[in-house]
Amino acid sequence: MDAELRTLAGWGRTAPSTARVVVPRTVQEVIEALRLADERGVIARGLGRAYGDPAQNAGGLVIDMTGLNRIHFIDADAAIVDTDAGVSLDTLMRRLLPFGLWLPVLPGTRQVSVGGAIGADIHGKAHHVEGSFCDHVAAMDLVTADGEVHTLTPDDELFWATAGGMGLTGVVVRAKLRLNRVETAYFKVDVDQIDNLDELMARQSVDDDKYLESVSWFDTTVTGPHLGRGILTRANHATLDDLPRKLRADPLKFDAPRLLTIPDVFPPGMLNKLTARMFCELWYRKSPTRRNAIQNITMFLHPLDILGEWNRAYGPHGFLQYQYVIPFGQEEAVKRSVRLMVDAGHVSLLNVLKRFGDGNRAPLSFPRPGWTLAVDLPVRRGVGELCEELDELVLAAGGRLYLAKESRTTPEAITRMYPRIDEWRKVRADVDPKGIFVSDMARRLRLT
Amino acid sequence: MIDAVGSPQSLLLLGGTSEIGLAVAERYARQRPLRVTLAGRPSDRLDAAAARLRNAGATVTTVPFDARQPDTHTEVIEKAFADGDIDVTVVAFGVLGDQEEAWTNVDVARELAEINYVAALTIGVPLAERLRKQGHGSIVALSSAAGERARRSNFVYGSTKAGFDAFYTGLTYALKPHGVTVTVVRPGFVRTKMTEGLKPAPLSQTADQVAEIVVNAVRNRREQVWAPAAFRGVMSVLRHVPRPIFRKLPF
Repeated sequence: MDAELRTLAGWGRTAPSTARVVVPRTVQEVIEALRLADERGVIARGLGRAYGDPAQNAGGLVIDMTGLNRIHFIDADAAIVDTDAGVSLDTLMRRLLPFGLWLPVLPGTRQVSVGGAIGADIHGKAHHVEGSFCDHVAAMDLVTADGEVHTLTPDDELFWATAGGMGLTGVVVRAKLRLNRVETAYFKVDVDQIDNLDELMARQSVDDDKYLESVSWFDTTVTGPHLGRGILTRANHATLDDLPRKLRADPLKFDAPRLLTIPDVFPPGMLNKLTARMFCELWYRKSPTRRNAIQNITMFLHPLDILGEWNRAYGPHGFLQYQYVIPFGQEEAVKRSVRLMVDAGHVSLLNVLKRFGDGNRAPLSFPRPGWTLAVDLPVRRGVGELCEELDELVLAAGGRLYLAKESRTTPEAITRMYPRIDEWRKVRADVDPKGIFVSDMARRLRLT
Repeated sequence: MIDAVGSPQSLLLLGGTSEIGLAVAERYARQRPLRVTLAGRPSDRLDAAAARLRNAGATVTTVPFDARQPDTHTEVIEKAFADGDIDVTVVAFGVLGDQEEAWTNVDVARELAEINYVAALTIGVPLAERLRKQGHGSIVALSSAAGERARRSNFVYGSTKAGFDAFYTGLTYALKPHGVTVTVVRPGFVRTKMTEGLKPAPLSQTADQVAEIVVNAVRNRREQVWAPAAFRGVMSVLRHVPRPIFRKLPF
């Protein structure tokens, strides 16, 4: 197992750093890799979809987990899959669907690894019903700093320190996941085109519980009475009876083409006010209000997965994603944050608003009851200042930022946002007393 | 670590009283909590510089650094990195000297060369080594437009800056595979203590204007910037002016 010097960045391509990278193929090789760690430490990396710097380790060692790519078994009767941590959710879905099995938690892309999904305790549009990823983990194998493999269940404190623990408790090498059953691979979708933010939030608050999936997209380019106009999309799994005749022949078909890979040729500033306004106008108009539309996985859940490496379209300076959750009852703060973004004139296309359900026991898990909002912002002058204003607003409203997206806040802010972080630090220090697990994010935010 | 919007958490200023260097540090300190190490000769001016940055909200320590003592430079770097990683290092020490003395008096010429060029290497080599191991970070090397083409009015200074510029430009290539960005900054005439009493040249800048250019360049991971940006165009014209004409130009 040779180490190779590589420059790594997150999905936002904003803060690259260089590390020695190894690609183990077995658990034993993961254990051996840990011995290569020096005083600059080690961190595991999956598919690099976190926007910031949690899966890179400047000057140290990075364990590329994509070599651990076996699905060990699928128990269709018990609806359980036992898989290596380097397997992507995309691969899992393709293998599970023929059995009528479905991953309960799917984020905005399927290109994340099981280990990454656990490390960030990811969520999806179904959070208000299904909770987050680790709520469906029956057991996981964690290699800790001493080279031991621990099989953890939700009864273990270390399980919950690892859930959302950003890889800082050890290396997750294998997991057993509980699955849902579906009759088809399609969704029955209700779409509402709503022409202002107040109405959008009000409508989303009424009958979310009737739907498994619920999310809004909103427009950040329009000011005035139509500020925050958007598209509310909610859906349930389509049953066999819901499908038109021609789809019934193959109801579990996994329809997820990769049409093209975006080349790395875009100049900075290609995404500007004009192009953003055009995009938002089209996006808004293409989604008129309708009921019971049948959509496949890609259309409904992962439209961006059609394009490979779409982050390149933001140009060489990269972009950041700002995602917060603000508790229910603080709707005014949510609206103020949208006004701040619109007024600041920073262009964002992928603007998502969703209501979270209950959180779980993990001290660093992001979801908690409230509104979560995510925007993509290309890095340019002034974007740091805007995010700082947003931080203050989020802190004042008792909210928090999502570590899987985070790339620029302060250690002080994170400590206030995650009041149970000291509890997490204690569990972590017990299992990694020398502090060999470290990442650029851990250094930047002084997480450990 | 330097974050997604280009804000560092720690900064080392080599040449702790440099006005441009301090203006850069001040800009960062006003954005974010910043740990600054000022490396310079112990003096009231160094203390005043530290006080100025503390006022801007930074945590400041000082490390004694004399550019004319090259044997101590590796130790200076060790001390500067003792408190942890350094995100941005500004190489800002240098002297202008008196041109007429400099090309006629060997001691003056040597002093210029030792401070502006030799020290830039003897501190630059251990610095590069340290950053290479760190795997991240940024060097801002304050070069000068004077190094671009020798002029009658400041060619000794210009020759030292030409060497300085070549070394740090080469470092941009050498350190890139190790996650370190080097930004070579080529200011024109900057109105500072260094140029006090001289007649400002066209397109002259303040230290703070140069600092703004530096902050943007670090954020965008630029490897070479001019200050002001228009100087790039001016210099690319001047570079090609034939010598018989160039020597008659009034600067």
